[in-house]
Amino acid sequence: MERFVQVIVDGLATGSLYGALALAVVLIYRSTGIVNFAQGELAMFSTFIAWGLMQAGLPLGAALLGALVLSFVGGMLIERLVIRPVEGGEVLTLVIVTLGLYILVNSLAGWIWGFGNRAFPSMFGDGSFDLAGVRISVESIGIVAVLIAVVGLLFAVFQRTKIGLAMRAVSLNPDSSRLVGISVGRTLMIGWGIAALVGALAGALIAPRLFLDVNFMGSVLIYSFAAATLGGFDSPFGAVLGGWIIGVAENLAGTYIDFIGSDLKILVPLVAILVVLLVRPTGLFGSAEVARA
Amino acid sequence: MSLLEVSDLEAGYGPVTVLRGISFSVDEGRIVTVLGPNGAGKTTTLRALSGMVRRSGRIHFDGKDVSGYSPEKMARQSVAHVPEGRGTFTGLTVEENLRVGAYPRGDKAAIAEDVKRCFGYFPRLEERREQHAGAMSGGEQQMLAIARALMLRPRLMLLDEPSLGLAPKLTRELFAILEKIAREEGVTLLLVEQNANLVLKFADDAHVLEAGRIVMSGAAKEIEADEGIRRSYLGL
Amino acid sequence: MSAKRMRMAGWGLAVVLAVLLPFFFGSYRVGQFTQALSLGIAVLGLNLLVGYSGQISLGHGAFFALGAYASAISIDDLGVPYLLTLPLAGIVCGIAGFLLGLPALRLRGLYLALVTLGLAIATPQIIKRADGLTGGTQGLSVEKVTAPAWSGLADDQWLYFVTLAVTAVMFMLAAFLVRGRVGRALVAIRDNEIAARTMGVDLARFKTGTFAVSAAYAGVGGALFTLPIGFLAPESFPLALSFAFLAAIVVGGLATIAGALFGALFIEFVPVYAADVDEALAGVIYGGVLILFMYLAPGGVMGLIRKASGVTGRRRERKSQFVVSEGKTEGV
Repeated sequence: MERFVQVIVDGLATGSLYGALALAVVLIYRSTGIVNFAQGELAMFSTFIAWGLMQAGLPLGAALLGALVLSFVGGMLIERLVIRPVEGGEVLTLVIVTLGLYILVNSLAGWIWGFGNRAFPSMFGDGSFDLAGVRISVESIGIVAVLIAVVGLLFAVFQRTKIGLAMRAVSLNPDSSRLVGISVGRTLMIGWGIAALVGALAGALIAPRLFLDVNFMGSVLIYSFAAATLGGFDSPFGAVLGGWIIGVAENLAGTYIDFIGSDLKILVPLVAILVVLLVRPTGLFGSAEVARA
Repeated sequence: MSLLEVSDLEAGYGPVTVLRGISFSVDEGRIVTVLGPNGAGKTTTLRALSGMVRRSGRIHFDGKDVSGYSPEKMARQSVAHVPEGRGTFTGLTVEENLRVGAYPRGDKAAIAEDVKRCFGYFPRLEERREQHAGAMSGGEQQMLAIARALMLRPRLMLLDEPSLGLAPKLTRELFAILEKIAREEGVTLLLVEQNANLVLKFADDAHVLEAGRIVMSGAAKEIEADEGIRRSYLGL
Repeated sequence: MSAKRMRMAGWGLAVVLAVLLPFFFGSYRVGQFTQALSLGIAVLGLNLLVGYSGQISLGHGAFFALGAYASAISIDDLGVPYLLTLPLAGIVCGIAGFLLGLPALRLRGLYLALVTLGLAIATPQIIKRADGLTGGTQGLSVEKVTAPAWSGLADDQWLYFVTLAVTAVMFMLAAFLVRGRVGRALVAIRDNEIAARTMGVDLARFKTGTFAVSAAYAGVGGALFTLPIGFLAPESFPLALSFAFLAAIVVGGLATIAGALFGALFIEFVPVYAADVDEALAGVIYGGVLILFMYLAPGGVMGLIRKASGVTGRRRERKSQFVVSEGKTEGV
């Protein structure tokens, strides 16, 4: 029984990591209708920046803050320079551009920092404790807490601030947004900036577990897409919940289904995506527009 | 000096030119309508004024040359455009639609008051305050679109076929409210309409557009009374 | 010169160059060109799926791998002569493609891309897991192809010509498919599914059929691909390969036949040359070129060629209303 609970708890922890990146993906989809295949790589790059800042002598907290700020700016620039020229274009064009970005950012990171891997410290330290026979690490609690805090913050921004209102308006109707005086371009830039910021945070949360190397986000990406699909591509809350479900399902499958073992865990997100899209394309909380694709 | 002066306005979409050089002016405080059959260029005229389509020629608003202004900039000049098809933000609530209409403004207290005033003009909207705009009927969405435009505290309101898809009774009600708004708020209205009958009764001035050119301008009452014009251009 | 004459001349030139090629380059280079040809077959397959029928697949590498392994296993374990493994790989992958095409009917645009992305990511793991068949991480070696005595050619040259012949056949087959009713139906589906359906086009049949054919092409390409190297392992089929195929069709030109060759040459040689400039920056150049292509030359190399030669022909405009009667497919 304890083993079962342990599997669930561990699943929730990894699921939170998937949810964190999924949150960034969903933010971009919500504001621009684009699925950013390069989201993971951007998060990886941001994490490397944090690492670089630490190498330069900054403590973890300051390094993270610096990386977050730089990521925000980076996200804005990417929207302005890379995405804007093809915005509103064909699906395939956007897929190719984000794939090109994936390849470019991945290699750029390799060029700057090399292809080896390195350790990345956890924000929450190494502590853990026992609760009724189940081992829970402080880090896991921290990750879940941070995730919930981020979702709460995003909710507040979107629902209660003027810029949040503008972002929602732009994602609903860019033309009408212009007519009420909203600068659509600037709003999109801010949306990408926020998504990059969330992605950077996700990277910083994930890196302690997976070791920081240029490809560490690559494996997370499909899990995050599965989480976003399950939750509904335009629901931030759904992304987080989806992440938890995927995380737990993956861990259960890996532990109890021999066929899957540890190599084929990747099938879990794949099957999840397939099932969701065939049975209920809007996911758990997505709005009807999502299914139109 | 008119509030809006347009000279030799040409506009179109891509290679197609729809407006072939029109000139007219709108005086402050008046209710002006642009009439004409389908395809004459009525919607294009408003879009050109808002900066939504490619255009050439001169547009002067309140003495300023706004010929090259983007839609965002025009909105910040207090020109509110109620577009074709209403353009409501279907995923936002009624109240959020109103708030977003006041986006360029910073005066929170005044905005809150204006929301109340809009509800005063459109009580039906107040009932649906927290509902998603997408769930409302066509008539209600039209009211919401106008209310949203009003939230800008515009000096000039551009309306694109507000009567489209509305039953005659509702249209009359709408025009009555519009007239009230124009008089009480001091908003100048420029309406584009296909339904000449109703609008000529409440507008001050009218311009008749055909195939991208203005063929007739004058007081609404005169145009209404002119049999020849009515038959040739207005299909009445 | 009419468009048709220019096309014929272009192909003629290409054939001449292709035939002369192995006599002017060393065996390593020839091997690379052989690989480029087999990639070309796979790229063509993907173009049929994405460019012509409008179904975005990021998982083409999976079929490529399937064909490669089917061929290698047949040669190793069943002693099948390598030429016969080509249709074998084609059939196996064709069936797999059809099976994937069925659920794909229910998925649109981005979602199909997502699912196939998952497939591409899962491919190396699945190969490792099925190690009984595939040799897992150890990989499989394939007997080297030797040139028959009567040809008077070196081994690499012989393999090149075999690959060239197969490529030619596959390309001609595709051109034939695309020029006729099938091609028109596919373009109709891509541009406006609803209109296509009202015109009596059986969407399901065409879309799954295209998936099957596209996968079969990938399989044949995969089967040919490993012959020059003689060895395959899970690392030979990473996610990057599926990305590369997609890049190839875009760079070559969507919904063109000849574009597949340009695309294949791009993905075979650009990483190599980019790596010459700087090992680590290779990916940056590759990704950057891809993005620039989308800004500057969305019609790919074929689009540029057409513009340069002033042949506007019948442009494949998106969102055209009733396409079928206009037959807007490219024979080349």
